[in-house]
Amino acid sequence: MAEKIRGSAQDEITRSGFDHLVELAAFELDEDEAEYLRGELNGQLKSIAELAAIDIPEGIEITSHGVPYPPQTRPALREDEAILCADSDLILEQAPELEDRYIVVPDIPNEELS
Amino acid sequence: MTTSLCDRSAHALAALLKAGEVSAVEVLNSTMERIRAVEGRSPSTAPYDPQPGDEDRVHAYITITEARARRQAEAVDQARLAGEDPGLLAGIPIAIKDIFCVKDTPSTAASRILENFTAPYTATAVERLEAAGALTIGKANLDEFTFGSSNESTAFRPAPRNPWNTAFVPGGSSGGSTAAVAAGEAVLSLGTDTAGSIRQPAAFCGVVGLKPTYGRVSRYGLIAFASSLDCPGPVASDVTDAALMMNVIAGEDRRDATAARVPVPDYTADLERGVRGMRIGLSPDYFRLRYPDPETGELREQPVLAEIEAATMRAAELLAGQGAVIVDDVPMPNTRFGIPVYFVISRVEAASNLHRYDGVKYGYRHPQMVSELRELYRKTRKGGFGPQPKLRILMGMYVSGAQYEQAYYERSLKVRTMIRADFDAAFNPAGTYKLDALLTPTTPTTAFMMGKVYGDTVLMQYADLLTVPANHAGIPGISIPGGLAQNGMPIGVQLLGPDFSEADLLRIGRTYELCTQDAPWRSVQPQVLTKGS
Repeated sequence: MAEKIRGSAQDEITRSGFDHLVELAAFELDEDEAEYLRGELNGQLKSIAELAAIDIPEGIEITSHGVPYPPQTRPALREDEAILCADSDLILEQAPELEDRYIVVPDIPNEELS
Repeated sequence: MTTSLCDRSAHALAALLKAGEVSAVEVLNSTMERIRAVEGRSPSTAPYDPQPGDEDRVHAYITITEARARRQAEAVDQARLAGEDPGLLAGIPIAIKDIFCVKDTPSTAASRILENFTAPYTATAVERLEAAGALTIGKANLDEFTFGSSNESTAFRPAPRNPWNTAFVPGGSSGGSTAAVAAGEAVLSLGTDTAGSIRQPAAFCGVVGLKPTYGRVSRYGLIAFASSLDCPGPVASDVTDAALMMNVIAGEDRRDATAARVPVPDYTADLERGVRGMRIGLSPDYFRLRYPDPETGELREQPVLAEIEAATMRAAELLAGQGAVIVDDVPMPNTRFGIPVYFVISRVEAASNLHRYDGVKYGYRHPQMVSELRELYRKTRKGGFGPQPKLRILMGMYVSGAQYEQAYYERSLKVRTMIRADFDAAFNPAGTYKLDALLTPTTPTTAFMMGKVYGDTVLMQYADLLTVPANHAGIPGISIPGGLAQNGMPIGVQLLGPDFSEADLLRIGRTYELCTQDAPWRSVQPQVLTKGS
């Protein structure tokens, strides 16, 4: 439907760049899914291209969230105290595989450092 | 005209319950009867196989927690009999968007990756609702991890449909919540709004949706999407109910360091005080914007739907008739950048929040043996995530990559400052406009048909064009029903105000409700309630 704002000729994310991202994200994609997602990514990047042209006044600060938190409204940080979880079994029960209350995972690839 | 208990407002029910004219169990029974009539079959994550009847049901819920609600209703009735006060929302049925953890319930985020996750704790907002006597009817469906504006991306299908016409989407991502309230399957719902996810579906379903100020309602127990933007808030059938619910859920929380220490007023106290002397702005930048043509996808400058513009202007006229000062031509020049900036900021935050789903500690794990950990991640995410979470992670990683961070992420955070500055200028009591609120359409169009937009993530994102600036700025916004379009679908009008001005927005909204209470569209009911009656 949105073909007019797509266009493979100027795609920002090439197939090899896309495959690299997929590897970093620890994804495994079917071919159709990969092409759909790459097409959508490029569509989204085209729709944000105008960001580059915005005239941002000198010295403008970034906003990490919109509402300011002056000291009078900012919640005080709690003491850094360990509080035992009353229901740790409930949490452990969520784990897909357990052995003696340890969570089991497959081998973690590693290299011996010389 | 339906007159079941489940169609009454929370404040009307609260009065009946208090007077002993009805019991909480009767209210629950009425709601369950409605659910049986309009809800349809339970959704599942199995490959979707359409069945006869799916297309004319609402499908608002992922999980219905009738036993929990019944225990709560019986406790409310017993407390009342014993002469105790069972709370502000005692006996009021509520749907919780399934993005909130509720202890001992499946808390799925509408994703396969959390399908088997049973929350070991309860979100603060839900804890407060249950402590106030609300009846937790169930967990409402949503877009997967809230990623969408139509509910079509849920992994639990059949997906929710719009009770006004089930060929149309309910909006999203709190679409199950707004559909439930519109259809009488709940009296209230707790939703979340990251770019418009309460207000846009509220507009599409003809109900009230309030996005509070960032930090007004605790996010503890909310499964995070974009942590600097997410806001829990009420979905209700009228403004008074939204105010009532805010009285329960708002306020600081030691478990959320962003929940502001700002006193919580009684949001119902001034609802009927009128708007005389209040300054309400209109901005051309909310009526004519650059967004994709719904037919061709071409990004171009275009007006919002004429009927929506007319409803908004009519609201301004009515409020002026009540003594409000309407201020025209308020410049909000950075509104148009709301979506591009959102494409960057929300994706970076989503990618960061979603990396925790790896099949190790909880949720779905790939069931077959794998040779090493990274393969477990890959296989688990392949089976657990739908396309929207995958896309958001990839986009978030791309725009925050070292070589692009300045061009995209840092730049977006600066443009966010400019969006905030537009509101600061409009609301500055010593400035040119001195607004108490800005009146805008909630959405550029009314609800679209199922299948019409889904799959095109750019077009879908632009459904939040008029709601997302409030999320960037952190300010509160409310969508209230403003009439019906020619095709019978609801129109929403939006009020935006300065930080922590929810009481003023509710008061303006209530004034508008009173002005329109005799309008013919107020007596029209959603199609699912009139079919066969």
